[in-house]
Amino acid sequence: MRRIISVLLENEPGALSRVVGLFSQRNYNIETLTVAATEDPTLSRMTVTTSGSDKIIEQITKQLNKLIEVVKLVDLTEGTHIERELMLIKVKAAGSQRSEVKRTVEIFRGQIVDVTSSVYTVQLAGNSGKLDAFIQAIGDTCILEVVRSGVSGIARGEKILSL
Amino acid sequence: MELLSGADMIARFLQDEGIEYIYGYPGGSVLHIYDALFRQDKVKHILVRHEQAAAHMADGYARATGKAGTVLVTSGPGATNTITGIATAFTDSIPMVVLCGQVPSTLVGEDAFQETDMMGVSRPVVKHNLTVRHPSEIPEILKKAYYLAQTGRPGPVVVDIPKDMTTPNERYEYVYPKSVKLRSYNPVLRGHAGQIKKAVDMLLAAKRPILYAGGGVILGKASDKLTELARLLDYPVTNTLMGLGGYPATDRQHLGMLGMHGSYEANMAMHHADLIVSIGARFDDRVTNAIEKFCPGARIVHIDIDPASISKTVEVDVPIVGPVDSVLSEMLVLIKESKLSIDKDALAAWWKSIEEWKQFHGGRYESCDEHIKPQKVIEALYKVTKGDAFVTSDVGQHQMFAAQYYKFDKPNRWINSGGLGTMGFGFPAAMGVKLNFPDHDVVCVTGEGSIQMNIQELSTCKQYDLPVKVLILNNGTLGMVKQWQDMNYESRHAQSYMKSLPDFTKLVEAYGHVGLEVDKLEDLESTLEKAFSMKDKLVFINVHVDPHEHVYPMQVARGSMNDMWLSKTERT
Ligand SMILES: Cc1ncc(C[n+]2csc(CCOP(=O)(O)OP(=O)(O)O)c2C)c(N)n1
Ligand SMILES: [Mg+2]
Repeated sequence: MRRIISVLLENEPGALSRVVGLFSQRNYNIETLTVAATEDPTLSRMTVTTSGSDKIIEQITKQLNKLIEVVKLVDLTEGTHIERELMLIKVKAAGSQRSEVKRTVEIFRGQIVDVTSSVYTVQLAGNSGKLDAFIQAIGDTCILEVVRSGVSGIARGEKILSL
Repeated sequence: MELLSGADMIARFLQDEGIEYIYGYPGGSVLHIYDALFRQDKVKHILVRHEQAAAHMADGYARATGKAGTVLVTSGPGATNTITGIATAFTDSIPMVVLCGQVPSTLVGEDAFQETDMMGVSRPVVKHNLTVRHPSEIPEILKKAYYLAQTGRPGPVVVDIPKDMTTPNERYEYVYPKSVKLRSYNPVLRGHAGQIKKAVDMLLAAKRPILYAGGGVILGKASDKLTELARLLDYPVTNTLMGLGGYPATDRQHLGMLGMHGSYEANMAMHHADLIVSIGARFDDRVTNAIEKFCPGARIVHIDIDPASISKTVEVDVPIVGPVDSVLSEMLVLIKESKLSIDKDALAAWWKSIEEWKQFHGGRYESCDEHIKPQKVIEALYKVTKGDAFVTSDVGQHQMFAAQYYKFDKPNRWINSGGLGTMGFGFPAAMGVKLNFPDHDVVCVTGEGSIQMNIQELSTCKQYDLPVKVLILNNGTLGMVKQWQDMNYESRHAQSYMKSLPDFTKLVEAYGHVGLEVDKLEDLESTLEKAFSMKDKLVFINVHVDPHEHVYPMQVARGSMNDMWLSKTERT
């Protein structure tokens, strides 16, 4: 099953490589990984999406917790949560395609953030499924370049992951 | 306010931390530190002949005392040479601090001379590693290193020290930090009371219980508690390879080691148990055999300091995360309060089965007129040293014979590389023990293969007068490899022969030590007596043993715990 694990870790050089190293060393898979400093510059917040049996997920969270720089973590998929991914995508937009592409972007509530006579650069945020759906809708032949940020997640309601 | 250079801070910190010996080898990037060590005389440095041996020496010391051993090496090859030693310590959760030089921070990343990314290279085999970014951080970083190495589940910690952090004329304030706190690291200090209660209820209700105790009992200094618990309940105890000595081996309730080369009775009892209480053990594959066939009728309680050890391989029923010592103490209190309502009849029947298993096998081995049996050598060693030596070993058949036939009654006396299985570990580990226990017998049980992996340390022993005894069970082959080839490859002995063995006696004599040879059984004991009577001499005892012997019992691969070969021809 796909899981989203949110991690607070010390914002120190090397901390990220420990996390990545752990995943490869123990043969766990990483689907996406995002990381950046939080409002407290000594802490980074990381979101990892991964998948595996319950047993493997339990090991992943335990092994992550064991890393000295990991301060706290939570498996967001255990409760209700919000996940978002940002995509920047360049698509061919010439002639009659232009309005077609524009309409699709509007349906998906994306924004065209850069334009040339033959190319639109579209920005789209949402859960990963929505981004997948947009890529499908726009069609392979149109797509010039795709950049996805990977998932960021946060729990719904009052639940907070902090020190 | 005291101002010291980074190098002097390191020397001073080691003094303040109470470190008596460090093990190492100098080189360019640590010369400031070596100079600082030269200008003091509290911390003594042992110069090895290969950095791997420095790590194993520190490790041997740590296993015998429970305290972190300290290593100091230069950058690049000096540091990478310690990796096997670090990995050995890591796999067995041994506390160690390895101080590595690094090229000056201004050169890091430029492929400078003797630059290796030691942080990256060591990362998968350390509990943690730290880089010094400013000399003023040194006391705090070193304190963190020792704290991390020695608390929670212990392990090696590497400290990477760029040369410019130790420059002699740049001085900063030095204060010895008495303690450190890390917000992201809080080892558990007690087990969960509810879980402990549950475990005790299961213990008291069990009909066929067994206590399965590992290296955590020794690391967690819980042998007394384990012994008290087992005696109070009259339950059988088995030890892992790492746990030997955690419960007195000569005690009636001890079933010996379990696992791949475990005793018949231990493996049978595990397989037939209805309750297994794992205490500081980790259900290693060399213990469980095929996981899906593991102890089908047993409920399992698992006590471990490391949550990640729990349900990693075998799923357990009652996990208890905490230091074994405190968990066992709490269990003892509850058991004593409970009036011990044990099913006495069931327990008596259980002991009867166990006794039958003991009778059936009992560690027997075939005798032989032509050759000295390796098992005999260990029995003789046990006798001559009155069961009270520190015994280190290398890896192979000799290691298993030592584990099976030397009966360890005390913790910290059996010192071997259980998890990583590092040939070359035994001799330097013995040196580390001897240095710190000069009045005790310290013997390395080794093979003619393993001893050659760190034999250069004979020179170190000469320099520092380390009169360890080295007992070679010389079967003229890489015996354990040969055994597998006999059993699985129709005796095709690919590269398991050593056709060019040195004359060990001449070799040790060349280093200034004593060599003795044994090739007749009748000379065995007297030669050992002679060797151990030479208190101030390093003695190599080269015993020519049966080259065809195998280690038994041996679990049948992919079977259950009780699927065993009992001899070359007998299978359960
Ligand atoms: C560094 C290292 N290399 C290889 C091995 C694989 N190995 C395990 S036992 C063994 C043979 C050891 O031979 P010896 O020291 O003579 O011991 P014996 O089994 O003959 O008693 C080997 C090669 C190992 N454990 N460690
Ligand atoms: Mg051999």
